[in-house]
Amino acid sequence: MKKSHIIILVGIAALIVGLIVFSAGDFSTYDTIDAAKKKPGKYVHIIAKVDKSQAIEYDAVNNPNYLAFYAIDSLGGSTKVIFHNSKPTDFEKSERLVMKGKMQGDHFECNDILLKCPSKYKDDKKQLEKTINDQTSVPTN
Amino acid sequence: MKFEGEHLWLGSTGHFFVILAFIAAILSTIGYITASFKTDGPDKRSWIQFSRYAFFIQSASVAIIFATIFYICSNHYFEFMYAYKHASKELESKYLLACIWEGQEGSFLLWTIWHCVLGIIIIFKAKEWEAPVMTVVGLVQFFLLMMILGIYFFGVKIGNSPFTLTRNEIAGPIFSQPNYLTFIKDGVGLNVLLRNYWMVIHPPVLFLGFATTIIPFAYAYAGMQTKRFGEWVKPALPWALISACVLGTGIMMGGKWAYESLSFGGYWAWDPVENASLVPWMILVAGLHTMVIYKATENSLRASYIFAILGFVFVLYSTFLTRTGILGDTSVHAFTEAGNAMNIMILSLLGIFTLPPLILFFFNINRIPAEHHEEKINSREFWMFIGALVMFMAAMFIIAKTSVPVYNKVLGTQIAPPENVEFSYNKVIVMVAIIIGLLTAVAQYFKYKQTPSANFWRKIVMPTLVASVITAICAIFFPITFYKEGPGFLGAIYVAFFAAVYSAVANAAYIWTGLNGKLRSAGGSITHLGFALLLIGIIVSSGNKQVISDNRVTGLDLPFRADPKQKEDLNENLTLVRDMPTRLGEYQVTYNKTSATSEKEKTLYHLSFEKKKADKTVSEKFTLEPEVYVGKEGMKASNPDTRHYLSRDIFTYISFVPAPNSNVDTTQFSVFDMGEGDTVYFKNGFFILNKVNTKRNEQVSNAAFPDAELVADLTYTSADSSHYTAHPKLKLDSLGVYATDDTLFAKNIFVRFAGVADGHKIKVGLKSSDSLIDFITLKAYIFPWINLVWIGLIVMTLGLLLSTIQKFKVRAAYAAVLLIAVGSALFYMFLLAS
Repeated sequence: MKKSHIIILVGIAALIVGLIVFSAGDFSTYDTIDAAKKKPGKYVHIIAKVDKSQAIEYDAVNNPNYLAFYAIDSLGGSTKVIFHNSKPTDFEKSERLVMKGKMQGDHFECNDILLKCPSKYKDDKKQLEKTINDQTSVPTN
Repeated sequence: MKFEGEHLWLGSTGHFFVILAFIAAILSTIGYITASFKTDGPDKRSWIQFSRYAFFIQSASVAIIFATIFYICSNHYFEFMYAYKHASKELESKYLLACIWEGQEGSFLLWTIWHCVLGIIIIFKAKEWEAPVMTVVGLVQFFLLMMILGIYFFGVKIGNSPFTLTRNEIAGPIFSQPNYLTFIKDGVGLNVLLRNYWMVIHPPVLFLGFATTIIPFAYAYAGMQTKRFGEWVKPALPWALISACVLGTGIMMGGKWAYESLSFGGYWAWDPVENASLVPWMILVAGLHTMVIYKATENSLRASYIFAILGFVFVLYSTFLTRTGILGDTSVHAFTEAGNAMNIMILSLLGIFTLPPLILFFFNINRIPAEHHEEKINSREFWMFIGALVMFMAAMFIIAKTSVPVYNKVLGTQIAPPENVEFSYNKVIVMVAIIIGLLTAVAQYFKYKQTPSANFWRKIVMPTLVASVITAICAIFFPITFYKEGPGFLGAIYVAFFAAVYSAVANAAYIWTGLNGKLRSAGGSITHLGFALLLIGIIVSSGNKQVISDNRVTGLDLPFRADPKQKEDLNENLTLVRDMPTRLGEYQVTYNKTSATSEKEKTLYHLSFEKKKADKTVSEKFTLEPEVYVGKEGMKASNPDTRHYLSRDIFTYISFVPAPNSNVDTTQFSVFDMGEGDTVYFKNGFFILNKVNTKRNEQVSNAAFPDAELVADLTYTSADSSHYTAHPKLKLDSLGVYATDDTLFAKNIFVRFAGVADGHKIKVGLKSSDSLIDFITLKAYIFPWINLVWIGLIVMTLGLLLSTIQKFKVRAAYAAVLLIAVGSALFYMFLLAS
């Protein structure tokens, strides 16, 4: 390794470190709904599921960019969620949502939803058992 | 109990060959290790001979395993879990291969197949390097085959066999019956998201890319093992070139696949799975350059070791990221949790090929020769090294960000990705693009060791001027309109654009001014030219990507919007009601009809696009047919359709369709008696019955059984005085009377031919209901100059191939044939077939 290399290496490393520090605001956190409510306006990730006991509001004819529903997390926190996009595929069937956004007033203003659906996971044996039992009608004795 | 209709012998055969391949891999590895530590002589030769046979047996077994799985899946033998999980009868046969590599086991198998092919080439070509290089290949094969072994060893299950039986794997009442197979009508089949021809071609190419990274790695080990510390670079270099070529193509095929068939709205999203395959490629490219430097000047040998080792290590790391389920919440398309035993195996594979080679390297570091004089700042190797280093640093940056879920797992932290993931990468990578662009432009104009400065300036001045002029012209006439991250980032994009144009111009010029037009030795320049075009394509197509399905349709694009918080592209979806023309950018779009396909859930939606001139004449007309898989509960998956032009693509996909049975309609028809010429007022408009056409089938019709079809021709005039026509039908034959309704989707009116009334009149049923509305929700983008991305990739691939061919000293005629064949195949795949 030559001196000039070392100098440049250090320079570049410093630059990268600087950029990462500079972009430290570039990371957010995973939070519960209650924790998110304590810091309104702060960008967070929430892992929750759709509260199916409440109505899911989506009327694509009037506004395809407005989805409103209620989400609950494993600790029992609950919030209204507004998502300005189309309703994701298999939304009702999803078991878990990773929602990105921030609390705003009475609701969670969400700009991205990642869905975890049972149907996507063929490796899930329970799902396969369900599929095979749905598919095949067994004659009863 | 004896089960009926099973083909168990196939499973036993497959399983036998899995075990045989595994044992053969152990034997060939042991043999090669022994041989590599012996001095030349008959003893060494006989060990090598033994190991070769073991490797051939292993390769043949792997081929048989693959053939068996293929046979099981193609015959739909659903007693095997693999066929049940991944194959289905409705699936077109072209996707059969895709079924095989959809699963973990199948993709590991694909990887081992490529290692076998590469191993056989090494056996015949590597001469004195065979034993140490094949030691590494054999050891990796041992691990990969273990992943599909599926046997219990002291109560722990090692690997997942692809030959397990459905009735052993899942529980269900049907499995208690001997004839259970008659109840399984069809398999689960290939995930609808993967039903695309890229899924057939992309995995084999990508895995060949992954597989080839082992060769430079193995040579680096061989260099240390044989203590011929510098000699390995020469035979390893062509392999590094092949690897960069194939892996690069495989990655971009993935990008093209995402673009063509997934609804992510682009070809690259900085998804962890994408990053995980890009990083090894970047390290490999860095290594490629240091190896070239070493061959020319004997500098940078240690860096070559590090890059050759890390290239492969990061392939294994990407396997770890994508297959252990650790990415879980951050990636759209990672594999899921594969079970603890599998995770441990993947981790140990990673550990064994990371730590020992690095320890060996640091143990030998003082014996690895290094040049101790300072490189001159006007030497080519100096700038090449800087470029390699920047490439490597960029790779480290990407993988450091991608690994956040790993930190969370290890440290128990709760760090999540940032608000704007793409921008958090782009703002750093744009700097990398600038440096790499500038370096690839000027570095070749330097000579190794040192460059006479007059010479350098004389040759570089022209490309610099040309690139500046092109950039200026583009900036004035085709400005980049990426305002949403502010003027600083836009400025950086412009600099990167200049750097990329500069690189393209300088490399094209170098073929003549530096190499006197000798294309055969221009591999490097052509590769850089392709890379530069790729960069230009990325900058322009992403920078000027335009959402045309904007519900707000203002027609105004305000730079630096007043509310800086309004960064996200909200309102990207547009609802299209059937038969109602809607404005979409400069087009008028109408959703007219749907049509079924051979796959049971796949539906095509016909969207007709019309562009009108000022005088209202249609200047352009075309139809796009995005697909949707619609199940009982609504949409399952959506595939885009794209209109390709030379200079831009119009990209559309359906983001929402209403569930088919959500429209339960309870409204009754109101029936009117109408004669020809009669008018009926209905819902802010009126219907006129123009005519009733009768078509009689004379051959079978008689007085007792009339056989005829009556078609009513009605015109509806709405309040805004637009006209619609309806043609409801009534068919009479020996079996009865059937009515075929017609629908005015735009007005939401159903029209039925309800019967015949007295006095030459007919009964017309009319009804209207809100729940009838048939609509789709659409997203549409314009990607300008996206073809440059694909053309750049093809040029880059051909450049790398040309360099490789040069190293192997292939005859000119063969070389030309190979280049033309690969070039046209890629051109067809990327630009024509879709």
